[in-house]
Amino acid sequence: MSDGQTTDSIVGRGNRDGAQLFRDWFENMTHAPERSEKSAYVFVMGSIAEILRVFDFHTVFPEINSLQTAVRRVAHEYLNIAEDYGYSPDICGYVKADVAMQLQGGKHPMGRIPKPDIAVYTNACNTYIKWAEIWERMYHIPIFTLDVPGTRQHLGQTWPGHPDFEEDKKYVAAQLKELIATCEEVSGKKFDIDKLREIMTHANAMSRAWKRLLALNTNTPSVFNAVTDGTVYLGMANGFRGTAAGAKYFNEAVEEMEYKVAHKIGTLHDEKYRLIFVGVPCYPIFRRFNEMFAEWGGAFVSSTYLWFASGGTNLGVEYDVNRPLDSLAEGVLISVRHAMDSMFFQHQTLIDMVKPFRVDGVVYHPIKSCRTVSTGLADNRRSLLEACDVGSLFIESDMMDKRVVSEAQLKNRIDAFFEGLATRKQMAGGR
Amino acid sequence: MTTRVLNGVPYQSLADVLMLCRELVEDPDFPTVKRWRETGGKVVGHFQVYFPEEIAHAAGLLPLKMRGAQIEARRAEARFGSYLCSILKTSLELALSDRVKLDMFVSHPICDAARNLAAVWGRNFSYPCQILYLPQNANSKYSAQYLRHEYDRLKREIEAVAGRTVTDDDLRDSIKVFNENRRLIHKLYAIKRETPWLLSTDEAYVLMSVGGMIPREEHNDLLQAVIPQIEARTAKPQDRIRVVFEGGFCEQPPLDLLRAISLSCYVVDDDLLIGLRYILEDVPTEGDPLFNLAEAYLEKSSYSPVQHDLRKPKEEMLLKRLKESRASAAIITAAKMCEPGLDEQVAYTKMLDEQNIPYFVSEFEESMTSFDHLQIQLETFVENLLFA
Repeated sequence: MSDGQTTDSIVGRGNRDGAQLFRDWFENMTHAPERSEKSAYVFVMGSIAEILRVFDFHTVFPEINSLQTAVRRVAHEYLNIAEDYGYSPDICGYVKADVAMQLQGGKHPMGRIPKPDIAVYTNACNTYIKWAEIWERMYHIPIFTLDVPGTRQHLGQTWPGHPDFEEDKKYVAAQLKELIATCEEVSGKKFDIDKLREIMTHANAMSRAWKRLLALNTNTPSVFNAVTDGTVYLGMANGFRGTAAGAKYFNEAVEEMEYKVAHKIGTLHDEKYRLIFVGVPCYPIFRRFNEMFAEWGGAFVSSTYLWFASGGTNLGVEYDVNRPLDSLAEGVLISVRHAMDSMFFQHQTLIDMVKPFRVDGVVYHPIKSCRTVSTGLADNRRSLLEACDVGSLFIESDMMDKRVVSEAQLKNRIDAFFEGLATRKQMAGGR
Repeated sequence: MTTRVLNGVPYQSLADVLMLCRELVEDPDFPTVKRWRETGGKVVGHFQVYFPEEIAHAAGLLPLKMRGAQIEARRAEARFGSYLCSILKTSLELALSDRVKLDMFVSHPICDAARNLAAVWGRNFSYPCQILYLPQNANSKYSAQYLRHEYDRLKREIEAVAGRTVTDDDLRDSIKVFNENRRLIHKLYAIKRETPWLLSTDEAYVLMSVGGMIPREEHNDLLQAVIPQIEARTAKPQDRIRVVFEGGFCEQPPLDLLRAISLSCYVVDDDLLIGLRYILEDVPTEGDPLFNLAEAYLEKSSYSPVQHDLRKPKEEMLLKRLKESRASAAIITAAKMCEPGLDEQVAYTKMLDEQNIPYFVSEFEESMTSFDHLQIQLETFVENLLFA
């Protein structure tokens, strides 16, 4: 095979394979009820797929289902139905799109969402809890909160061996055992610890690769777009967590990015500005949003979205399969806590990234739909600017609701941001 | 001896006490907190909804309920995005503008905005600012044990601020004070429920609310003095409907809104400042006081949209509240941009429809100043019920 053929087969493979696997995943999910297979509704910040896969539950991610309606530009149809039903325009758009989907028997642009047999969710987002209560009312199914204590204050994390950490871990471990008992009841299957070990091994491979993948973007030029490519990776990281296919996919993604690093193949032809994205993407104009940055040579080299929406997988926590349940409790506690830190206490991490990623600017994108991610961003930006000399942009829109997305206003702000970055570069060059 | 901050106000006249409480509740400068600090006292500000105030009290600190204020949040606005409730901004504004000086701030995972608040606060102040992780899986067999440890962690943090150790006996003494306080507040609510013509909802509110900003012993004295005077009032029942007000668990409606409701309704129960009376029974003073507090939170408590417990579906709890207070209708409100409150409105109204119970739906904001429109709508709602 020639170099050109190698490049063609490797570069872009992650997006191609990801899209195909994702379609297969939706197809499989659509036909699950026909095969009498059971489904668990779960969320991206702590799906607990490790346990649920032992019992052969399909893991259904309502967040992903909802964002797909925005990407496919039909979200407004769903939002209108939920608002007619009684939900306020001021609550999470994901919740409303899902409610509308449920009211229409699972109708979704990519297939049909099966009804839940159980819902399992962490407290990483409070809306998860309110959301699950809706399904409980609709379907009278068991809902299970896995309560994961988060970081109490800035830099206040404790680690294994510390009495406070061990107490938190005992609480998580006790709940995991209670979850296993609930799953046995719902699925009618016995818990198999060897199957858990196998799933954890696949999850370990994915965690290792995910961490490595994110680190590869410290290279110049950056080898993937943390917003657009990153969203594909996130879909895979969540939908395929704990599977052999997921592990293989991420090992190959790392291979692809290492190839791009070695051959200096960037995600942009002419990368001028390296950016970090903070928040949740603007799905109603997903591609266009990115273009408004790419047209100026702005490349998203990292994103807090890749941290929290992977449930903290970016830490690369690996389980010890010789003590599976204890290690699972420890890993879930550390990872989900990190996902929460990535939304509430992320400012120091951002400051620490500026040098190694050679960051020119940080783009804050608070959204109407999500207070979890958005509440503290203005203050976060203030502390970032006090700590380091970097450009920043603060733009508000939404992840679902095109009524609060003004493309023209966004473009004006983004253009002004890049003009500012250009001036900064000029001045830095003149010094 | 407990520091007193009401400047020796005599409790003889109910009218005087009500006026004083109203002034204090509406005063954004929190004069009682200033007086406490002038005597060298330290203050723990705790955001809505529930906080184990006994622990701060046992350390000799003043637990101050941070429930926003009717002020312009000029400095705080710059630290938040657009789509947020008002209480979050005005609570921070109280601290940024130096109206309230704290030695520690605690928030809770009641909602995603409140959890962020501790991080924002911590970036702006050098004193300890943290999240108290109250359990959100109340149904785990381990949750009481977990919460006991979480309270112990909080106690250690508070001890560091207070500069003293808190013993089990200190905690037991504080539990006694707060048991008495809850009994008295429940007595106020019993008056509202059984003889609502003797105590309007805005009067009950100011009498209860002032407890969140003064030493609790002083609040107990105040309530003990005024309750007999309320019971001795000679007002006669009027032709008003009995309603439950729901939606005041976090951000507080302006007093004038409560007064406007009182003109046409008897509010016989509500969830206003539910954290002050979240625990429904006395907390035992025997045994491990921290475990007793933890167990009371989980097992002997009320409900709110921000506490998840499979044993307490919120709509069923509201129905229970309506039945126990013999209310014939509900006022279902939510603070603007309050996600848990707005989510719950749907569940509440669906249940009320099924039960054929009339309800009035509204949103409010702590800073709203015009109530004419709401009053007309509410009067129409009431007239439809009275004369249907």
